[in-house]
Amino acid sequence: MILLGTRKGIVILDRTGSGWRPRPIEQAGIPVCYAARDPRDGTLWASLDHGHWGPKLARSRDGGVSWEDVTSLKYPEGARYIVKVLPTPDFDPAAPSAQPEYANASVLKIWAMAFGPANQPGRIYAGTIPGGLFISDDGGDSWELNRPLWNHESRGGDLFAGDATSENRWHGTPASIDYGVFEPGIHSIMVDPRNADHVRVAVSTAGVIESTDGGRTWASRNRGVLNDYMPEPESEWGHDPHFVTACPAQPDHLWQQNHCGVFYSDDAAQHWKKVSVPTSGVHFGFPIAADAKDGRTAWVVPARADSARMAIDGGLFVARTRDGGQSWQAFRKGLPQAHAYDIVLRHGLDVAGDRLCFGSSTGNAYVSEDRGESWQCLGNHFPPIYSVRFG
Amino acid sequence: MPVVQITRHLYRFFPQLENQTITVPAGSVAEVLRAVNAIAPGFTDYVLDEQGALRRHVNLSINETVVIDRKSLSDQVPDDGTVFIFQALSGG
Repeated sequence: MILLGTRKGIVILDRTGSGWRPRPIEQAGIPVCYAARDPRDGTLWASLDHGHWGPKLARSRDGGVSWEDVTSLKYPEGARYIVKVLPTPDFDPAAPSAQPEYANASVLKIWAMAFGPANQPGRIYAGTIPGGLFISDDGGDSWELNRPLWNHESRGGDLFAGDATSENRWHGTPASIDYGVFEPGIHSIMVDPRNADHVRVAVSTAGVIESTDGGRTWASRNRGVLNDYMPEPESEWGHDPHFVTACPAQPDHLWQQNHCGVFYSDDAAQHWKKVSVPTSGVHFGFPIAADAKDGRTAWVVPARADSARMAIDGGLFVARTRDGGQSWQAFRKGLPQAHAYDIVLRHGLDVAGDRLCFGSSTGNAYVSEDRGESWQCLGNHFPPIYSVRFG
Repeated sequence: MPVVQITRHLYRFFPQLENQTITVPAGSVAEVLRAVNAIAPGFTDYVLDEQGALRRHVNLSINETVVIDRKSLSDQVPDDGTVFIFQALSGG
């Protein structure tokens, strides 16, 4: 199946003899910012982004027939963060910061989910705005904030114990502005299939952060990433990955669609290399997908950077590399090549074997059965699509 | 006993509250909401955040007065009062 998380609910498409057929929308009217199927037990998950009633998870254990809300993902009492302020035209990043302002944490958005390996059957991860990683070990019945990451010295230290002991070097994401704040968010979570204690997350706007000891300690993994719009492009923190993913069969090969280009690592994120080719259009965008077997193969859906954020010159295309980003091939067959203003958001592209699917904020969805070389339209009238995942 | 009237939108999640007059003991707004939560477990997860504050796009009034204290919900609801819970969000 294909799960579309949309502004108006979940659309599940089933593969039939005549192609992909959408079911009637589930969770109708409720924004769903992420939807995915747990491959271990088939549970379907949706992150509900209620306008009024707060973020909730919903799960279905009968393939999408019925859903139950899961309301247990909450920040613990005493969870605080140092408030970030959206830079204004008169903002001076070099000015010494005033006294830090603190806020109590509430979940504003459950932005991404990831499922543990087969030998951790109940393990599920969820990343939030304002920048907390939550972990469940009972299939989502209960959740716990990962405190070592929340208390990381790069965010000011352990604020449960007292006020800040260091500077908050995580910046906000514009994706948080709709919630009345300017705070960071975790949108990418990667579990190493070889070692369940090896977990990476990506944060807008901080960068890639890694734990090799099951979440007890965390360290930045942003060497080689260049943040063009900051005073120090090679800073340890403050990077803006839009989405980060790893090759399942070669997990030391990672791909990053960043605000400032496409980056690739073939050494387990110890170093990143910019592999953008702006002249071919491959530079700005939100999603990126890595091949299941070949770590050197990845796909992006390029867009015009960054004040426009739509298809380049009105034509939608997918670009693929098979050589670690040294060269990119653009595929346009089956995609609109005039008057297309689509943008594909960070969770809006997925790959499963030779099959890819993406959906846009304009409500268009396309599937490819030949590794992205040609595309068929799944529909042009879906609500704005936030996420696409094969199940 | 105060009456609580909620937006129909919430019946989707709490069908047990539909087609009945919700009455609870008088007290602060926080106590009134806790009493509704006792009738419909999980109710406060929808109208309050984990800090106990009213969610950003939820409004609450006692009779015709919209409460200002959205954080600690300290306003007292009189015995003959009605609490209205309604939503406030624009766009599509």
